[in-house]
This record gives sequence, structure tokens and C-alpha cells, in this order.
Amino acid sequence: MQFFSGSSLTSVAPEATPAPAAPPGTATGANAQVLYVFNRNGVCLLYREWHRPLRTLDATQDQKLMFGLLYSLRSFTAKIDPTTAEKGNLGVPLLPGQGCSFYSFKTNTYKLNFMESPSGIKLILITHPRTGDQRDSLKHIYNLYVEYVVKNPLYAPGAPIKCELFNKHLDQMLWNVCVDT
Amino acid sequence: MPPLTPPKSGDALFASVDRVNAELFTLTYGAMVRQLLTDLEEVEEVNKQLDQMGYNIGTRLVDEFLAKSNVSRCVDFKETADVIAKLGFKMFLGVTANVTNWDAEGTSCSFVLEDNPLVDFVELPDTCQGLQYCNVLSGVIRGALEMVSMKTEVTWVRDMLRGDDAYEMRVKLIKQVPEEYPYKDDD
Repeated sequence: MQFFSGSSLTSVAPEATPAPAAPPGTATGANAQVLYVFNRNGVCLLYREWHRPLRTLDATQDQKLMFGLLYSLRSFTAKIDPTTAEKGNLGVPLLPGQGCSFYSFKTNTYKLNFMESPSGIKLILITHPRTGDQRDSLKHIYNLYVEYVVKNPLYAPGAPIKCELFNKHLDQMLWNVCVDT
Repeated sequence: MPPLTPPKSGDALFASVDRVNAELFTLTYGAMVRQLLTDLEEVEEVNKQLDQMGYNIGTRLVDEFLAKSNVSRCVDFKETADVIAKLGFKMFLGVTANVTNWDAEGTSCSFVLEDNPLVDFVELPDTCQGLQYCNVLSGVIRGALEMVSMKTEVTWVRDMLRGDDAYEMRVKLIKQVPEEYPYKDDD
């Protein structure tokens, strides 16, 4: 058996990455980390991740938690709104789109951007904390959703999204989300 | 922070969407109604089927409308009716409707269409006298409003194909259905 020296023959281990994400620390310009799309009934239509180092719960629990959080946050922010005259009780359900719509919250490690359409479609985008206002990006994602998912006759409303074109355009669009310093 | 982009006007919206030839649209719709009549034979069945088709279209159409027109949540049903008449009809059919005949509580109104692209070249024969030719429109409005949490009932009051002078549909808001927390608390 002959052993070749290290310089002439090298073996390359395949990279084991679950999603097409850049490894942390490299500057790729892609700051979108995770995207969730929910409909008004709490069904998670889409979950995409590009960079998520820590996974604490299994997927369904994680989605339910996220939906529950936003449902409560929306209700809560509407109830403590100092500018509206009427004050409903805390437990009263809101109509989708009603109440002051909060659009992001920021922690020291991530920023969560949120957009809800009057038809109840909720878009959640988690990015680097120093990303700028993402409302335009979320609006653009909503437009993509309309183009490639709603208008797709083979898509049943309320079912999880499995459209390749939508995923492709989404990846393309989010590759341009930049850090705003 | 001010809203990022203001809602567009009806004409600007109409100019910004892709348009199709009006005759193609009219003739396609006509062929579809004709085929439904041949398949189902009963005029009432055809009416129901047109309404159901309209409902399915409406549930999808509302997202496209919201995305393209940038309107935010309407405060009350009056505003909703205005938005549908001026922006919705304009964007999808190219015609505007007038909102009239509000009832005392503000939950019921009429949309009056002078011009309706679905019915160009159409005459109802004697065998189809009960046919609501434009029933798909009532389904669309019902479906779209249901997706924004309003349960409504839409009926046709006047129909030019039956000899009236305009198309009038009556939309009645039955109730507003707020969002409920969908998950049970057992997990």
C-alpha cells in the first residue's frame, strides 16, 4: 500500500450545512436569518432559515410559540396605546389589522421585524440587530407571496407553501438585506 | 413614523396592473357560463356554482388587492364600501361603482354599476330567466370581505339583462368576526 504525501493528495470533506447559509462571521451581506409566514388561523405557511445557530424547540412548538407571542403582543400593544380613546378589555380578541400595528422589536442579539396584512397574513423576519427598518422588505415579500403563491392555481389557501419560484425569489431578494450602521 | 407609501388612486392602480383584452375577458366568462348551463342544466345550480367560484376567487383576490393598493385597515364599513367601489372595482374590472342607499345603521349599502364588462354582447334567452349572470361578482365580494373578517350577504337588486337600467347589488354586513387564538391550551 502506498501512502502519498499530504501535499499532493488532499481529501476534501463535504460541508454539512442544513440550509444554504453562510457560516457565521463572514460578511456576505445576507442578514436575514429566519422567516416565518403565518395565516390568520395560526397555520405556519412557510418557515425558512438561513442562519440559526441554536435550535431549542421542535418545529411545531417553535411555530406555535412564535404565533402565540405575536398574537399576544399585538393585543397588548393595542390595549396600552395611549392615543386611542376606546379601551377594550385585555382578553377581547382583535380584528386582524386593528390596533396600532407594532412592526419590530430589537434585542442585543437579533431584531424581529413583523408585518400583518388586513387579511391576516403575518410575516416575521428575524435579522441582525443593526438592520434598518425592514417594512419595505416585508412589503416586498408580501408582493412576492401574492405573485407566486396566491396566484398559483395549484396552491390551496391555508396549506403550507411549497412553491419553488417563491423560494427562489425570496432568497434572491433577501440576499440584498444589508446592515445599517 | 408616517406610513411608508400612501394608498394609490383608482386610476394609478388600474394603470399599474397587467391588463387583458376586454373582449377576451367577456367572451371567456360567457363561455364559462354557457358551459355551466350545459353541465348543470338547472339555473339555480348555476347561480350557486357561480357564487362559489366567485367566493374562491375573492379569497385570493383580496391579498393581491391589499398588496398592490397599499390600503390600511378600514375603520368602518362605510370606508370599506368606498374602497371596494373606487379602488377594487377599478383595479380589477376597470370601472368604478357608486355606493348608494345606506341604511340607518350603516351596515347595508348598494353598489351601482353603470358599465359592466362581464355582460357585453349578452342577452338572456327565455329558457334562462332566473339566471344571475354576474353572480360571480357577488361571490368575489363575499369571499374577499370574509378574509378581512367581515361576514356579508350580497344579493342582486337590479340587472340590466332583465330590463333594468343599471346593475345594483346590495351588500349587507352581518357581523365582524374577530380573530381567535387558534391553538387549544392543552399543550
